[in-house]
Amino acid sequence: MEVIYAHPKSLKPVQTKYCPGCGHGVIHRLIAEVVDELGVQERSIIMNPVGCSIWADLYFDFDSVQVPHGRTPAGATGVKRMRPDHLVICYQGDGDLAAIGTAEIVHAANRGEKFTTIFVNNAIYGMTGGQMAPTTLVGQKATTAPHGRDPDVAGMGYPVRVCEMLASLGGARYLARGAVDTAANVRKTKQYIKRAFEAQLRGVGFTMVEVLSPCPTNWQMSPTEAAAWVTSAMLPVFPLGEIKNELPPASAAKPSAAGGME
Amino acid sequence: MDEEKRLMKGNEAIGEAAIRAGCDAYFGYPITPQNELTAYMAAGMLDRGRVFIQAESEVAAMSMVYGAAAAGGRAMTSSSSPGVSLKQEGISYACGADIPCVVVNVARSGPGLGGIAPSQGDYFQATRGGGHGDYYHIVLAPKSVQEAADLTYEAFGLAEKWRMPVMVLADGLIGQMMEGVVLPPAKDASRRPDRPWAVGGPSAGRPTNHVSSLILDPPELEAKVKARFARYEEIAAERTRFEAVNVDKARLVFVAYGTASRVCLGAIQAAKARGIELGLLRPISLWPFPKAELARLAGEGKRFLAVEMSMGQMVEDVRLAVNGAAPVDFYGRCGGVVPSEEEVLAEAERLMGWK
Repeated sequence: MEVIYAHPKSLKPVQTKYCPGCGHGVIHRLIAEVVDELGVQERSIIMNPVGCSIWADLYFDFDSVQVPHGRTPAGATGVKRMRPDHLVICYQGDGDLAAIGTAEIVHAANRGEKFTTIFVNNAIYGMTGGQMAPTTLVGQKATTAPHGRDPDVAGMGYPVRVCEMLASLGGARYLARGAVDTAANVRKTKQYIKRAFEAQLRGVGFTMVEVLSPCPTNWQMSPTEAAAWVTSAMLPVFPLGEIKNELPPASAAKPSAAGGME
Repeated sequence: MDEEKRLMKGNEAIGEAAIRAGCDAYFGYPITPQNELTAYMAAGMLDRGRVFIQAESEVAAMSMVYGAAAAGGRAMTSSSSPGVSLKQEGISYACGADIPCVVVNVARSGPGLGGIAPSQGDYFQATRGGGHGDYYHIVLAPKSVQEAADLTYEAFGLAEKWRMPVMVLADGLIGQMMEGVVLPPAKDASRRPDRPWAVGGPSAGRPTNHVSSLILDPPELEAKVKARFARYEEIAAERTRFEAVNVDKARLVFVAYGTASRVCLGAIQAAKARGIELGLLRPISLWPFPKAELARLAGEGKRFLAVEMSMGQMVEDVRLAVNGAAPVDFYGRCGGVVPSEEEVLAEAERLMGWK
C-alpha cells in the first residue's frame, strides 16, 4: 500500500503549545517536510527567536540555538559561518525581525549570509499578548493601539513590507511571500521554502520566505475567522509571490564561502 | 620565528595572540582606542581563510560570537567601553547558555561617550556580571603588551575549560602603547577539546543539541544557576591570579591593576631610592579577585592604598576582602587622566605620616 500521509521525521510527534488555529504548527510542518525531502535532518540547525516560536526546539528534531530577541540573523551568521555545510534556518516573528532586529536582518541580507529566514508575519505580538507589531495593519486594534493602528494622529507608522524593503540589497537573492490561509497557499509556501533551502545548500546568498499567518487568540477571532482575515485583510497589504528571485541556475552556483573549522 | 621578540602595539599583540590561540571567528565593530585590533584581525583572519566580519553593531557582533561559539567555533570580539556596554546583552546570554568565547575591552573613559583616553571605569561592569541576571565570568587584566598577548592566548583555553565568556580588560594605554613582546606559539588547530554540547558537526547517533539560556521552571532555573555558582567557587580556588611586589618589607601595600599598577611600581622604586619600602598587590584576575591574599596581608598588619584610574571601583573588593581588618584608602584619577608616580607616592607618604 502507498503511504500518502506520514508525520515528518524532522518534527517530533508531540502536541505543540500553540493556540488552536495558529499558523506556526503548519509552518513547522512545511519546514520539516522540506528538510526530510532534502535528506538533511542531521545537518540542520534552527535558530529560535524570542516570541511564541521560542518553543521550536521542542518540536523540530534537530539542533537549535536560542539567541537574544532580534539577534537571530546575527546568531545565524555565526552558526552558518562555522558550519557552512549545514542547513541553517532562522525562524523569526514580526517583532523579532522587523522591530528589535531590523538592523540584524538588513545587514545579514546585505552580506548575503547563506542561511534561510522563515519570517512568520501575523501582524501582532503573540507571546507578550497582542501588542502592535511593525506589520500591524492600519486600523487594526492591539493592546498598545487600542483605537487601531493610527499612522497620523498617534504617529504609529505603517505596516512594514519586509520583502520589498530587503529587495534592493545586493546580497538578498530570494525573497518570497506565502501564506497559510488556504490549502493552495500552504502548498505554494512549501514550494518557496524548498526553493530557498535548495538555494542555501547550493551556497547562494541570502534567502527568505515570509509567511502570512493567523493569530486567532490575539486577533480575538475564531480559527476560521482568522484564516479568512489573512485572505481578506492581509493579502491586499502584503502581496504574495516571489518578490525577488535572483537564484542562478543550479549548475552555476558556487560552493560555500570561507569559514568552518574542519 | 615564534620565539623572536617583536615591537608591537598592545592592540596588535592581542590580535596576533588570538590568531595563534586558534581563533576561528572574529566579529567586531570599530571604536577607538581598539581600532588597530579590528584591523589586525581583518587582515590576519581573512588571509588565513578564517571568519572575520565587521558587524553592523556591537550588539550584533556579540550575537555572532554567540552563534559561532554555539556551533563549536573559537570565537572572539573586541571593543571599548561604550561598545562593551552594548555587548552585555550577548554576554549575559553566553553566560546563561554556558558558551565559551573571548571578549576584549580596551577601555576608555566614561560615562556616556566620555573620552577616548585610558580609564579603569569599567571595573564594576566587568566584574559584577555587566548584563542582566545572576552570573560572573573570568576577567583578566594585563599590565603590559606582553601580558596582553599572554592573557588573550590563555583566555581561549580558560573559556573552553569553564564554559563561559572570558573578558580581557585592558585600558586604552595598554592597547595603544608599543613594547617588546615574545609571542606564544601557534596552537595546533587539530587538537581541540571536545564540545559535545555544540550544534552541528557530525551529529549522527547523538541526541539533538539545544543551546539556550531559557528555563521557565523556577526550581529548574535555580538549580542551573546554583550549579554555575558552584563552578565559580572552583574557578576562584584554581584560577585566582595576582602578582605581589615587595609586600614582605612594606607596611603600606598598593593594590592596583593594569596601567595603574605600573604607576605604583614607579612609585615603589622612587620610594626605595629614598629608603622607604612600599609594596604592590596586583590582581591579574579581577574576577576571581585575590581576596584570600589580601586578607592574609591584612592579618600581617599591612595597610592598603588602592590606586585606580576611576573614582574607586576595585577598592570595594579590597574592602570586602580585608573586611575591616586593616585600613583601606583610595587614590584615583578619572576622565582619562593617568595618575603620576609622584602624586601616588605623595599620597602614600601622607597616609603614613612620612610627610
